[in-house]
Amino acid sequence: MEQISFAAVGAGLAVIGAGLGIGRIGGSAMEAIARQPEATSKIQTAMIIAAALIEGAALFAIVVALIA
Amino acid sequence: MKTKLAFVFVFFFLLIGTALNSFGQEGNETVEPFDASTFIMEHIADSHEWHLWSKKDGEAVAIYLPVILYSKGKGLDAFSSKKLAHGHTHNGYKIEEEGDLEGVIVNVNEEGRVDEANIPLDLSITKTVVGLLFSCIIGLILFLSMSRSYKKTGISHPKGIQSFLEPIILFVRDDIAIANIGIHKYEKYMPYLLTVFFFILINNLMGLVPFPPPFGANVTGNIAVTFVLAMFTFIITQFSGNKNYWRHTFATPGVPFWLLPVMIPVEIIGIFSKPFALMIRLFANITAGHIIVLSLVCLIFISKSLAVAPVSILFVIFMDCLELLVAFLQAYVFTLLSALFFSLAVQEHH
Repeated sequence: MEQISFAAVGAGLAVIGAGLGIGRIGGSAMEAIARQPEATSKIQTAMIIAAALIEGAALFAIVVALIA
Repeated sequence: MKTKLAFVFVFFFLLIGTALNSFGQEGNETVEPFDASTFIMEHIADSHEWHLWSKKDGEAVAIYLPVILYSKGKGLDAFSSKKLAHGHTHNGYKIEEEGDLEGVIVNVNEEGRVDEANIPLDLSITKTVVGLLFSCIIGLILFLSMSRSYKKTGISHPKGIQSFLEPIILFVRDDIAIANIGIHKYEKYMPYLLTVFFFILINNLMGLVPFPPPFGANVTGNIAVTFVLAMFTFIITQFSGNKNYWRHTFATPGVPFWLLPVMIPVEIIGIFSKPFALMIRLFANITAGHIIVLSLVCLIFISKSLAVAPVSILFVIFMDCLELLVAFLQAYVFTLLSALFFSLAVQEHH
């Protein structure tokens, strides 16, 4: 059995975190749009920004995994 | 509608045709197993030559870019990187193949021993530098022509390239600068914010197009480039910090005095970690996108079967669309966060 690459495992765990975070943002954005359809574009903008920031954090982990 | 459909089909057949071509060359015994990670790293990393394609006998067709070196003993030296290709030594320089200094150009004396203490300063025009210069030329052409047409026609209805760029510039001004920095102080920062937005955008888009040569250089996926951009944001933030900003950093109001020894290091780390996050975010997003597209294309070669080709190419097209979104988004997020940091620095006491 070959050696487990911990870097790959770490990257996978980081993606779990990112997926959970962005999923929650998407969910609340959907609920907010359902409550108030007129504010759709503002909510969408805020959602995309928050998703980009969370993805930034996840990509920190990818960079560290790449270095390892 | 029918001609558009025909275009799409022809495009697909061409793509599959290129995949077929690669199989035509696999007749010989001496084919090594395909190493995906080396292939991907070669395409992402910077290099002294621009590899165009490999001929049937393994010879590479490449544009050999100039190598410019400065070392203490020998002074300034410039020559084409063709002289250093394939491990040759030229004029006492060679590219180190393995070990700690792999890929670095080092000084060798006559016996062939590497001079570790005197590594030459590498100022070469590499692939990334060519891409950078080309994107600067594109930016200059776009914006100088736009400003010239404004000067000629005055403030009237926009035509030509203005009509495309003006909404984006107004977007940066209204939604990023004024919304964050405030209507009284935003003007000082507009040139920098506009420059950084369009620089990142043009370089991201150029990185997505693989061919012909000036495109396809991975500029924003190079951590040195994003480091410099983040450093500019950092320097501008620190130099425009007013008394309120420094008071918030060193004596955060509302914090009891015994907590200050904890808060001050935290704030100082925060000053450095925010631009650092900017740098890593842009670099990792762009590089990750390129790695994904390259891996999907490598699927064809790893599986060595033609049936994978249409699936793989469809995935690649989908990932490229996602990359397009990421290109715009990363430019926007970098500019937005820079504006946010500036606003923190110039905030007045409420």
